[in-house]
Amino acid sequence: MGMAADEIVAMIRAALPDAEVTVTDLAGDGDHYAAHVVSPAFAGLTRIAQHKAVYAALGGRMGGVLHALQLTTAVPKSLS
Amino acid sequence: MSQTTSSNARIAEIVTSNDVVLFMKGTPLFPQCGFSSRAVAILERLGVAYASVDVLQDMEIRQGIKEFSEWPTIPQLYVKGEFVGGSDIMMEMFEAGELEQLVTEAGVARA
Repeated sequence: MGMAADEIVAMIRAALPDAEVTVTDLAGDGDHYAAHVVSPAFAGLTRIAQHKAVYAALGGRMGGVLHALQLTTAVPKSLS
Repeated sequence: MSQTTSSNARIAEIVTSNDVVLFMKGTPLFPQCGFSSRAVAILERLGVAYASVDVLQDMEIRQGIKEFSEWPTIPQLYVKGEFVGGSDIMMEMFEAGELEQLVTEAGVARA
């Protein structure tokens, strides 16, 4: 059980349309992912707030069907 | 007292009575999840004294901490009563030297 990488990318982009989203399937099992999300919308937000924005985009799946998602967030270099 | 109220009160007590506390799956010696294991490794590297709560032994806290912190996953780190983040944020902060800065400024005891 889990989510497809494409599905994760699509959900994040639906909530953060200008985000660059890279999702890596860490174990090749469709269950352990790393996501890197870069968005201008993160400017001025704390790391906690940036991560919460991504978790919100995933609509409650984080900690549920999505057990193992390593997340890193950043503001685009041009803005930081 | 409703269940939420009682778990909130218990969690508030835990995070205020310990300078550094990690809510995790398993124990520092036997973490039961890769993310909890990573969080423990970071705290060990940092060399701070910390308390840990095994949420697998306490269903009320396991659910309650997610609502208390408004954060969907475990582990969760608190320093001086403030929610710091989960293992990803801990790692980012550790690598940037910000976790060191945080515990130094908070005047946390070293292990």
